[in-house]
Amino acid sequence: MSAPEDAGRKSNNHGTRRVLHITFVVLGFFLLWQTVVDAARIPEYLLPAPSAIFAEIGSAPNWYLMHVARTVGATLLGFSAALVVGYIAAVAIVYSRILEDTLFTLLIAMNSVPKVALAPIFIIWMGTGLSSKVAISVLIALFAIVVDTVLGLRSVDPDAVDLFRAMRGGRFQTLLWLRAPNALPYLFSGMKLAISLALVGAISGEFIASQAGLGYVILASQGAFQTTRVFAAVVLLGVIGTILFLIIDQTERFFCPWHISHRGRHRGQAAR
Amino acid sequence: MTTAPAEPAFLAIDGLNKTYPSREGNIAALKHVNLEIGSTEFVSLVGPSGCGKSTLLRCVAGLEQKTSGAIVLSGQLVTAPPENMGIVFQRDVLLDWYTVLENILLPARIRGLSRRTLTPKAEHLLDLIGLTGFAHRFPWELSGGMRQRVAICRALLLEPSLLLMDEPFGALDAMTRDELNLELQRLWLDNAKTVLFVTHSISEAVFLSDRIVVMSRSPGRIIDTITVDLPRPRSLSIRETPEFGRYVAHIRGIFESFGLLRGSHVRA
Repeated sequence: MSAPEDAGRKSNNHGTRRVLHITFVVLGFFLLWQTVVDAARIPEYLLPAPSAIFAEIGSAPNWYLMHVARTVGATLLGFSAALVVGYIAAVAIVYSRILEDTLFTLLIAMNSVPKVALAPIFIIWMGTGLSSKVAISVLIALFAIVVDTVLGLRSVDPDAVDLFRAMRGGRFQTLLWLRAPNALPYLFSGMKLAISLALVGAISGEFIASQAGLGYVILASQGAFQTTRVFAAVVLLGVIGTILFLIIDQTERFFCPWHISHRGRHRGQAAR
Repeated sequence: MTTAPAEPAFLAIDGLNKTYPSREGNIAALKHVNLEIGSTEFVSLVGPSGCGKSTLLRCVAGLEQKTSGAIVLSGQLVTAPPENMGIVFQRDVLLDWYTVLENILLPARIRGLSRRTLTPKAEHLLDLIGLTGFAHRFPWELSGGMRQRVAICRALLLEPSLLLMDEPFGALDAMTRDELNLELQRLWLDNAKTVLFVTHSISEAVFLSDRIVVMSRSPGRIIDTITVDLPRPRSLSIRETPEFGRYVAHIRGIFESFGLLRGSHVRA
């Protein structure tokens, strides 16, 4: 990876390279895995070889696709709800002392409870369908969004706040053109965390009670000692997690090309 | 010392006091400051760090509440940031997410004025300050001196009658500073407006100003006011003339007589 950083703001270039990088590393890992399993003659019910796992997925692609869709659906719904609710809550917390003292305090207190432990309660309340999985996803992803957005909205340069005041800008203008853009990189780092957490939430819900989804596949196959099927679901979860993360990463490059982590090295004489 | 103009001054500061509460009681940042500045006058505030010169400027800007006294700007009492004011801080405070042009147009955006109408004006300012062709660059692609030029354009966009500058060139290297001193003088000569300029450099103050207000600290107060009678436009070489040297020496003498400048708080 000693290629010169000449990508600059051409984010696509960077994205392609990143995807290639991940693909190569994962391929190498599978190759090593295959070799070890073949050489040591590890039985399939303990550790199936990658070839067996891919053959398993290939044998029933539509069945797997249905479960993937179910899990991804719950994850995306949970993530989107957490994003909208979390962002609004963060703005409210930053602008209201009372909400900061109550809502934010409560959120922090609640965050110390392992949210997976609350999953059974949602099954009781909302049944074994999709809604309980979405609810668990929201709950588990919300905190990351709120905390990072609050931090981003607050971490503005005091001189910039003075500048807005000097230009007779009101609170709303300061929010719209100073605090919100300033919070974008923070929001995206919260989103990267939240998307993984939303996936964890969806799977946790499926583990407890469900008729579909990759969590259901894992649990049902484990009960039947179908190890290859368990691994197939795990591999698919890995692929889903990576793709969702990369989508957010690329969105970030599109929305905040100005952020310090995305600037090309050849440009800009060290902006102090 | 202050020569009182017959007509009411453009900017009048009358008996201004500013105290900050602290654990050991109130600390006086500014004590009984009186100052009158005429329209289109270029006035510098010099003094050691902590003398309250920035506080004074921030009070005039309406960013800081005074404890007592009055600030009157073209007949109106200043209690909040006035409308016809532009401000430049020591740090350029450009917004990273906007291009150079969008940064200059920020005052228009905030006032709800048409940015399209003001774009030619912004581009004209860029031309004047030597940044032609940089309109669509981002701030992080610019050097420190270029960034501060953009900040000056932003302050001038809505043609304020009062320009406040709080050590605007303090963070720049000596050569960039000289360049910007020249350009500021040129802008001011082309389109005269009242400038209140805070600096800790005596020679910068002498080079730029019509009048220099010398301040001392604890508490911050005005100890002298000097009218600079050097012909304009002034070139950088004027700094080597004996007249210029006399002004600098005179101001340094004032600081020394007040027991300041034994350290290195004030640069000549």
